[in-house]
Amino acid sequence: MTSAVTPAHTEANVPPPLVRVEEVVKHFPISAGIFGHAIVHAVDGVSLTIKAGETLGLVGESGCGKSTLGRVIVRLQPATSGHVYFRDIDLTRLHGEKLRRTRQQMQMIFQDPYASLNPRMAVGDIIAEPLRNFGIARGRRAEAQVQEVMRVCGLNPNFINRYPHEFSGGQRQRIGIARALVLNPTFIVADEPVSALDVSIQAQIVNLMEDLQDQFNLTFLFIAHDLSVVHHMSDRIAVMYLGKIVEVGPSDDVRDGPLHPYTKVLQSSVPIPDPDLEAGRRPILLTGEIPSPVNPPSGCRFHTRCPIAQPICSEKEPPLERKLDGRLAACHFPGKL
Amino acid sequence: MTAVDGVSFEVDRGETVGIVGESGSGKTMTALSILRLVPEPGRITAGRILFGEKDVVHMTDEEIREFRGADVAMIFQDPMTSLNPVLKVGFQVEEAMAAHNRFTRGQAHDRVIPMLQRVRIPDAPARVRDYPHQFSGGMRQRAMIAMGLSNEPSLLIADEPTTALDVTVQASIIELLRDLNREMGAAVILITHNMSVIASLCQRVIVMYAGRIVEEGPTRAIFKNPEHPYTWSLLRSIPRVDERTHEKLVSISGLPPDLSNPPPGCRFHPRCRYRVDRCFTDEPDLIDVGASQRARCWVLMRNVLAESKTDR
Repeated sequence: MTSAVTPAHTEANVPPPLVRVEEVVKHFPISAGIFGHAIVHAVDGVSLTIKAGETLGLVGESGCGKSTLGRVIVRLQPATSGHVYFRDIDLTRLHGEKLRRTRQQMQMIFQDPYASLNPRMAVGDIIAEPLRNFGIARGRRAEAQVQEVMRVCGLNPNFINRYPHEFSGGQRQRIGIARALVLNPTFIVADEPVSALDVSIQAQIVNLMEDLQDQFNLTFLFIAHDLSVVHHMSDRIAVMYLGKIVEVGPSDDVRDGPLHPYTKVLQSSVPIPDPDLEAGRRPILLTGEIPSPVNPPSGCRFHTRCPIAQPICSEKEPPLERKLDGRLAACHFPGKL
Repeated sequence: MTAVDGVSFEVDRGETVGIVGESGSGKTMTALSILRLVPEPGRITAGRILFGEKDVVHMTDEEIREFRGADVAMIFQDPMTSLNPVLKVGFQVEEAMAAHNRFTRGQAHDRVIPMLQRVRIPDAPARVRDYPHQFSGGMRQRAMIAMGLSNEPSLLIADEPTTALDVTVQASIIELLRDLNREMGAAVILITHNMSVIASLCQRVIVMYAGRIVEEGPTRAIFKNPEHPYTWSLLRSIPRVDERTHEKLVSISGLPPDLSNPPPGCRFHPRCRYRVDRCFTDEPDLIDVGASQRARCWVLMRNVLAESKTDR
């Protein structure tokens, strides 16, 4: 067991985290032309802890592996190696009925409310399906629970017999949330839950998720590409780049004083809805393109685009380690950009 | 269905104007109308579109062909829909010039690499021979902008040019549009749902809702003192990365209306938290509410906010 190195365990009086991710690796084999096979290093040695009742925001750009990591954590996909502990149960070693039972407490909300609902099922059946799958309730009792959870999610319980196409995008996302909530889970992975929605609807869903968290004492892993939404939703933020976590810390600290140059670049790139502030702000622009996860760069993966890279950055990979109280970064020159 | 209803606005030479609205607000249709590109069976049923002295609505086919691309260029959200996948990028930029009469074939050929350099495509002399699939999303959008600007148009219409891109790439495209607007003097109409991008790039903003302009004015004025409740709510519905205290976002309840059957009175009244009786029956005009700021509202946020102050 390598749990001794997990920072939360070295301090006294700290409750153990609800979810502990240890050195998780997820590789996808792809066929690469006539010469056979290559490997996509989607998630490459990620360790994280998520405390009970908190929202951990996971932010990064497309292709960084954040969605894959979310799916591996709830075991929608098996990890290539590494461990995911949920209340000290190693999910990566569970199978069959035991895995199913543990999973009952972990649910997922997806980005696309159009693709994640079966168009041929009535909304009541979509939301009741987890109840039936786990043999929790059937018939009248299931219906009562479904109507209750619809009410909680801001849906009209009389619409139980309607089909997904009869609902707007925002309402469909509420259906997705209701389905995740009906099993009374403790932990929810939300993968870009608002990015497909119109601006005025995004606020409805963000507010709903915050209310539900308070009401049911939920723990969230909130995955998104937009640092402003992630900052708004999260207690702590983890920043991901090319399969690796490059920085973790409390939301305000990460925003106000990024330690990793990539975090700084992200923060400077997000526009602020204030023309006076924007007039004095210039983004730090990155040169080059995001490298391929098939053949990631040596040393620090960000060194090919980092404005302050030094020779050591291409030679030695900086470990994700504590730099300040409660803050981790994987950088040889933290806070220097 | 009336997708765009009685929309009037002007764009000055060299100006940057943002049109902001949600899906179905009519912002894209407005822009397509400027180029007379409204998709079938849609039609421009009334109104005029003046480019200088010329009325675009009554141009001949020959005139409109020269107008599109040479006087006004448009770039879209997904550059792949506008780039031909089987032709080299450099060739497509050259074609854009050859299709019009500003440059000879020889001049067009010589201008390709400088145009790609102008939009900051690194290693342009080598990359002219690449195909679009060899470009990243951000680079494709740059290539599109190079095509659009190759004939030195006086107006560039950008329809959600950064929506499909990552934030760091979005930032670089916005910077590029800002620089090109300064260097080349082309006016820019930026169509977006993202208020923050408008704050970063545009001098003036037009807010559309359900086919109507509900508010317009200088960007600073609109962001500091929005008078229409829709604009006000929209600005408070987005989390700001610089927020100091955690406040609940203002959410706008309900949905935008079905435009084949728009609500009577003010089109926003079913979702408006500050509506009064009159809003249900009479549609307000776009009236002056400040220095070149206009809003279409019976109530106006200044009155709402003044009242809430006296309440306290």
